[in-house]
Amino acid sequence: MATLSAVLATTHHPFFLKATELTPPEEQMPQAPEWKRKVEAYRETLTAAEPDILVMVGADHFHQFFHDNYPTFLIGKQPTYDATYYNEEREFSIPRYVLDGHEELSGFMLQGLLDRGFDFSVSHELKLDHSIICPIITTRPDGDLPVVPIYTNIFAPPLPSPKRFWDLGRAIREIIDEYPSDKRIAAVGSGHLSLELGGPRQFGETGPDPVFDRQAIEWLSNGDIDSILANVTHESMSGSGNATHGFMDLILMMGIAGPEKAAYVDDLDLFHTMEAYFTWYPSGDPRERTASR
Amino acid sequence: MSVYYVNKFLFQVDRDPELLAAYKASPAELVDAWDADLGRRLGNGDPVERTTWLRLEPEERTALVEHDYVALFEMGAHFFLCLTIFIALYDEDYSAEQGPLSFQREYAAKLSHWLGKDYPTVAL
Repeated sequence: MATLSAVLATTHHPFFLKATELTPPEEQMPQAPEWKRKVEAYRETLTAAEPDILVMVGADHFHQFFHDNYPTFLIGKQPTYDATYYNEEREFSIPRYVLDGHEELSGFMLQGLLDRGFDFSVSHELKLDHSIICPIITTRPDGDLPVVPIYTNIFAPPLPSPKRFWDLGRAIREIIDEYPSDKRIAAVGSGHLSLELGGPRQFGETGPDPVFDRQAIEWLSNGDIDSILANVTHESMSGSGNATHGFMDLILMMGIAGPEKAAYVDDLDLFHTMEAYFTWYPSGDPRERTASR
Repeated sequence: MSVYYVNKFLFQVDRDPELLAAYKASPAELVDAWDADLGRRLGNGDPVERTTWLRLEPEERTALVEHDYVALFEMGAHFFLCLTIFIALYDEDYSAEQGPLSFQREYAAKLSHWLGKDYPTVAL
């Protein structure tokens, strides 16, 4: 059976590459060096797990999906994935990428999800947007591993419940554990803490709800799904920022890991949002093995 | 009922640099041209099949022609579609004159009367 060697849940700030690599040092924002150091430290948590395949979770931001046919949950099943979109290059300076896919695991995952009551859409023409490419840039910048992309709807209400995202994570975990392979699989997913886009709380000095951000980091750090499900609703997320529903993808990632303490937690308060980084090691912490060698 | 059609406009124009340039230069002409052709195409731009029932309400057309993102927010256009297209139209000019994020902050300030209230729904 496959080994789930790491689960990573992270925010995806689309300006990371522009802020830290594409802007000359003398013109960078003051937080740029610290941001880069934190991202590089986070990258090591994935590198240490020595993955062969990445199961990637994110959300399309109206780049491919539209209201004429908006999927609730979708998996890509392709040999190759293009990224990114013209309007993301325009807005964020994210370059184009081509990633290998892993069609066999995509197919196994799709069947396993359907068998568990998750009626997924499937695409053979999925282009990846910044919710998946940003974590590639930060955690696997060479883009050298095959990916299985899973998209969730956190953007076009009505949305599935936080519990549904947790349950989907639990199902993905079962399927990875059952996958007949000697490969090491890492799950890497991205979402948001409190976030406002196109509303009166956007681009403030902090994220729209710093109190929620601190609480959310504590919940995820401790694997405290009971507190999340007791406190986080669509209404409460709206109260924390009109795009805070991306938090549900972080709940999904914790669902893959299980109700366990994270092995690695870090965060960074940027000018209008809180960045956060979590890693779980379901098969044991590879950094301890490395340290004991 | 036609907020869908407004969102379709924002979605299609934001993803096409030629349409975007035309929307910046001549908004009324671009809105009319889009409504006569691309907006009528099924889904994301089918070249042959057409949808017949969609139309812009007068206040929706006015908001699109006037680049009135406050009105669009209040009528329930999707916040992300609005933000990205208006950043594309205005951010570069504002940044050059008033510094980074100046357009985004003005955008927020113009919506400040919604602070503390439930926002208009963007539900399908």
